[in-house]
This record gives sequence, structure tokens and C-alpha cells, in this order.
Amino acid sequence: MRWLDLVRFAWRSLWFARLRSLLSLLAMAIGVAAVVLLTWLGESARSYIADQFQSLGTNLIIVLPGRNETVGGAPPLLSETPRDLTIDDALALTRIPAVHMVAPLAFGVAPVSYRAASAWPGQRARERECPVLGSTHAMLAIRHLTLATGAFLDGVEPHRGAGVCVLGAKVRAELFGDTSPLGEVVRLGDRRFRVHGVLQPMGTSLGLDVDECVYVAVADALALFNRASLFRILVQATSRDGIDAAKADVRRILAERHGEEDVTILTQDSLMNTFDEILAVLTKSVAGIAAISMVVAGILIMNVMVVSVAQRTREIGLLKAVGARARQIRAAFLCEALMLSSLGAVFGLVVGVSMASVAGGMYPALAKPVPGYAAFAALAVAMLAGVAFGVLPAQRASRLDPVQALSRR
Amino acid sequence: MITLHDVSRVFEVGDQTVRALDHVDLEIGAGEYVSVMGPSGSGKSTLLHILGLLDRPTSGQYLLEGRDTTTFDEAELADVRRMRIGFVFQFFHLVPRLTAEENVELPLMLAGVPPHARHERVRALLQAYHLDERRQHRPDQLSGGQRQRVAIARATVTRPAVLLADEPTGNLDRASSHDIVATLEGLNADGLTLVVVTHDPDLGKRARRRIKMVDGAIAEDSTP
Repeated sequence: MRWLDLVRFAWRSLWFARLRSLLSLLAMAIGVAAVVLLTWLGESARSYIADQFQSLGTNLIIVLPGRNETVGGAPPLLSETPRDLTIDDALALTRIPAVHMVAPLAFGVAPVSYRAASAWPGQRARERECPVLGSTHAMLAIRHLTLATGAFLDGVEPHRGAGVCVLGAKVRAELFGDTSPLGEVVRLGDRRFRVHGVLQPMGTSLGLDVDECVYVAVADALALFNRASLFRILVQATSRDGIDAAKADVRRILAERHGEEDVTILTQDSLMNTFDEILAVLTKSVAGIAAISMVVAGILIMNVMVVSVAQRTREIGLLKAVGARARQIRAAFLCEALMLSSLGAVFGLVVGVSMASVAGGMYPALAKPVPGYAAFAALAVAMLAGVAFGVLPAQRASRLDPVQALSRR
Repeated sequence: MITLHDVSRVFEVGDQTVRALDHVDLEIGAGEYVSVMGPSGSGKSTLLHILGLLDRPTSGQYLLEGRDTTTFDEAELADVRRMRIGFVFQFFHLVPRLTAEENVELPLMLAGVPPHARHERVRALLQAYHLDERRQHRPDQLSGGQRQRVAIARATVTRPAVLLADEPTGNLDRASSHDIVATLEGLNADGLTLVVVTHDPDLGKRARRRIKMVDGAIAEDSTP
């Protein structure tokens, strides 16, 4: 039997039972579309998070006090710090050749309040809790912050307080409304700071809303929160290739200064890899769950094929009488099952890809193409399911006794 | 051309054994016109199925054109059915979704004959059976007589050695019956061996050789 005849023969019988064929084809289409869409969503989330990490800064090395594994696991929340991470530590790191910039970072939460000079007596100051970050001018470049107006801790000596602050966009809006904050004095905890600059709205980066933050000089922040240790040191390597060398030097210098290795050094890469791996696993498991629906569709196809064999018993008997080999009958029914599953898969692929592109148009953050491997795998699994679940009915058809099959009414 | 030697066919029905064929010896020469008659359950259908290689004897030997068919495997049996044997059934057994032409083509398609060669042969055949205007019709658009002619065309498209007809007129009116019998006898006149199983004494009497079966055995084999 010729290949093309086989396909035509199978197609004729699928077409003859159009509704039944269409319904089982639809089940497979839904399964494939689900796999494609969920994988696409996972991949889009992955690249979205990668973008977020990029917005954090480029070629970043993050030093935090306390020793911990560098890959995986949460940063130490309750661990004890053997030695403080100091401003001098940060300054020492600037001498590493592969290091471009260093920004010390102190962190705390303090109430921020502002009382306009023109306020009448009794008017309450506007106040809110804000994350306060202490750093230097280098922070602006390292974290890719952009100023809306004013300056960002320009010329601030790391060891000296400056009494100035830079407000996030939201803080500015809430404290000052439409009036210009430049030169005004705000109160952070029990200290007074003059506003020197305001940041552009930037949105959330890694769970911290940059627009809600207030930036001050690092020495001011340490004094404000009465701390000796920095929260982090952010180090920017000169290039991507320099990250490893810079990281080794950072480790060596801090070990020398502290007498032991008591800091945790994270690179943006390793962090990103961790997230990448987590999301990849998540994507795969979600896609795997969706693939179950393809198996269900496969069983539906088997069901349809079993019914088809039962209804066409006389035809199978006739085919045998006119000289069809068991192998040919098996091939004909297997071909039908395969056509059902692959037509469904192609249909599902088209639906999935177009839904992804429509959703990508609505949410530009997700505007990524459907990953090729997902499309390929969905097609392959669908066809595999078609064959696997087509074998049983095809086998059953090929084994029918021709005499009994012909005498069936 | 056909030699049955001590052929028995035993069915197990529940805990009963039914001897549908009981030590049958039969010889049919090329070009013969044989009718097989007998009451229901006499084994005439079983005989036809065994002659047509749809069923195998429980014991005994069946030689078709000098070859022992009892040693054939499934694929060989299928090939012999396709190329050397034609079937005509009471209920036509046409594939309902295929056109008349496609139904006739079936054996050639299964044999892997290229479409072009197939079409030529099928068209010529349909013309000979006065069906060329009905080529594109499906079985449900054909009359009983036309359906049976399509079935005969299908049975003869591979130019078989023997044509086996099981009650070929059992489902037809008089006029169509006459037409079909004439067609079959025409084929026999051209040298095709014809075996007709029937209840109908009028049809049975037309054959040159008449076999009467009773209880799985040949009771009468006459050539008047």
C-alpha cells in the first residue's frame, strides 16, 4: 500500500466521522496550547527577572557581612556577624584593579517627616515610614538610578556626615505634593536633612520600591541607626570578564583585613543563575502538568479509535477479504490516530502561539516569542501520544477474524 | 485448481463441538461453474470461507493452484486472497464512505499499484459493467443491482483465478438478480472459475456442477 493512499484512506474515514474527529482533535489542541502557553509564560517570567537583575546594575558584586554559601539559600537573616563590614573595608576595595566603583550601603527604616515653613501652628507634619539607604555618589551609577532634579550626594566624604538627602519619587510626592522640595529640610528619625535631589520614578526593583526610599550619606545613615556595620558593599567590576578576578580580590582583601573569611560575596551572575534555575524548574513542572492534559487527550483519541474499530468491523472484514494484510490494517488505524493527534497538535500550536503574541502585545514585559523547544516538545509528545494510544485499537482491528467481522450486522 | 483433501472444520461453541465440515474431499477444475446448495448449517458457508482463505481447516489439506495453503502465514494468505480470489457477498460489503470507483480500486490500492495504472483499469472495468456514469457515486446513492455490480468489479479487478459468490442475489429483486447472474456467468464463460453458494434452487440449477451439502459433508455432487 502506498504511503499517500494510506493517508488518503485515513483522512476519508476521519472526514466521514467529522464531529467525533473534531472533538478529539480539539482535546489534543487544548493540551498542546496549554503546554505552549505555560512554557511561554515561564520563559517570559524568566527573562523579565533577568531584566530586573540587569536594572540592578551591571557586573555587580555584592558583599554582605557574615559567612554563608554563595549560591542558593537566603542571605543570612539571623546569623551573627563576627566582624563589622566598615566604610574602610569599602574604601580598601576601590584599590582592586578589576574594580570600577564601590558603593557602601547602610540600611534602615526611619520615619520621614516634613513640615512646611509656611504651615500654621498646630498643623501636623506629614510623616511616613521609609527605607533609608546610606551610600555615596557612586551608588547613582552602580544602581542605574536617574535623577529628576538636584544632585545625588555629590562630593560626600564616606566618613563624614553631610546632612543632605535624596528622595524617591513617591516620597517626594507624598511629602511635598506639587511644591519643589529642593533646599527644604526633612526630618529622618531625630535628625534633620536638607533635600538635595529627587530621583526619577523607577518602580520596584527586587522587592524594594526605589520610589519609596530616601538616600543619605553613608556616615549619616550609620549614625542615624546607631550602627557600626554596613548592610552591603556594592562593587562594580570593570567588565563581565573581570567579575571573577574582582571577586577573588575582594575576598582576599577582606580576609586580610578581618583576619578570616567572614563575609559573603554574591555576584549578580550567581544570583541570577539561582533564580534562573528555580524558574526553569518551575516552568518545566508547570509544562509537565499541562502535558498531563495531552495524555488525557491521547486517551480520548484511543477511545474514539476503539469506537471506530467497533463500528467498522464489517469494513475491516471486507478489507481482509479483498486482501489487506494485518499489517496494512494496523497501519491504516494507526495513521488515523496519528493524524488526529498531529492535526490537533498543529491546531493547538497555532492557537497557543497566537494567544501568546496577543498577550505579549498587551503586556510588553512578556513580549517574548514562544520558546522553540516547547513547541517542538509539545508536537512530539502529541504525536507520540497518538501512536501510543493508537496501537491498541489498531492491534484490535488487525486481529479481527474476517469471517466473524463480515457476518456482523 | 482447487483440491480439498480430507478437510474438517470444527468450532467450539460453549462446551459443544460443532463439525461444520466433516472430512470433505473436493476437486474443482479451472473454469468450472459450481453451485453449493444445502440447508442452513449444512456447512456451505464454512466451505466457501475455507475456499476463500478467510478461514483455515482444523485438519486436512487445501491446495490452491497446486500450492498447499495450510502452510501459508497471514501475509501470504492475504496476498493470495487479493490476487487469486474474488468475493461477492449477499450484503455487497462496499465501504460506505468511498465512491464506486474507490471501492473497486481497493484491492489494487492494497497491492500498491500506482494511481494512474489503477484508474485506467478501474475505468475500463466500470465501463464493462455499465457503471461509468456512477463512478463518483457512493454506495448509498446506488441501487442494489448497481452495488452488486460494483462488488463484482471489485472482486475481479485483480483478475483472480476463482470467484466465490455467497448468495449473490439474496438481497436483490428479480430483474437485478437476473442481471447479476448474467454478469457472473459471463465471467465464467471467459474462463473464470465460479463457485456460488445459494439457497435459491433456481440459481443453483443454472450451474453445470451442483454440490449438495448436508451436515458438513457433501451429500450429492452431480454434473447433469
